[in-house]
Amino acid sequence: MQTEWILGLGGGLLIGLGAAIYLLGNGRIMGASGILGGLIDGSDRSLERLGFLAGLIGMPLLLRPLISPATETHLTGNITIVIVAGLLVGLGTRIANGCTSGHGVCGISRLSFRGIAATLVYIAAGGVTVALLRHVWGLI
Amino acid sequence: MRMLISILAGSLFGTGLLISGMTDTTKVLGWLDVFGNWDPTLAFVMGGAIIPMLFAWRLTTNRQPLTGGHFPPKSTPEMNRRLILGSTLFGMGWGLAGLCPGPALASLSYGGIGGVIFLIAMIAGMVAAPSVGAQLDRSANPA
Repeated sequence: MQTEWILGLGGGLLIGLGAAIYLLGNGRIMGASGILGGLIDGSDRSLERLGFLAGLIGMPLLLRPLISPATETHLTGNITIVIVAGLLVGLGTRIANGCTSGHGVCGISRLSFRGIAATLVYIAAGGVTVALLRHVWGLI
Repeated sequence: MRMLISILAGSLFGTGLLISGMTDTTKVLGWLDVFGNWDPTLAFVMGGAIIPMLFAWRLTTNRQPLTGGHFPPKSTPEMNRRLILGSTLFGMGWGLAGLCPGPALASLSYGGIGGVIFLIAMIAGMVAAPSVGAQLDRSANPA
């Protein structure tokens, strides 16, 4: 258990380092939903965004064989839940203009009121969802 | 230069998500499961990620980004419907599957068909977001 906390902290430091380099280097907020969303809606289709995604998707692909035990996502096999969840995450992050990386990591560290408010709301909504689905309805 | 910085930042982000266990939906759902076997790992990840960014934001004062231009302006401290309703929808989806946009992308190469379906659904949600958002605005201010 404590190993997982240390790996969490170490992994978190790498995430923050990536966000810091992106901010100080390119002057941009490292938000996953914003970077992907801008490519999708055409508001920013710059090649550098594709480069960011290439690193984000490609580096775990390269590293995974080296990391043991092999990581698993343990995603639910219930495809209906996967589809509904994906739709909600895509909709919600674009309407709120941010997700765990943009509002969470970058917003909280800037003491941004909107980032902190959004983070409290999505954690609360996620907590209620898990409580209902796992402990009341037994679905997940 | 901007391209190199983007690839480096994305690579660090992906590596951090993999090492921290945040692409494992069990850990994320465990963090949200306050009435069950609560898993605090996500708090360590978030705390770890905030530390370098605290320094980075300090370094932005009276400076320019390395590649020129301007740092993003700080948002005005206002809570609007979009922020609250959007974050609520996002949180519900996050609680259903345990994936948010960063880990969904980082685990694409090893998340199996379920991960691909999640990403396609997430992109569909992003495509629908402008019209759903406009609908929310209209219902807030009926003509």
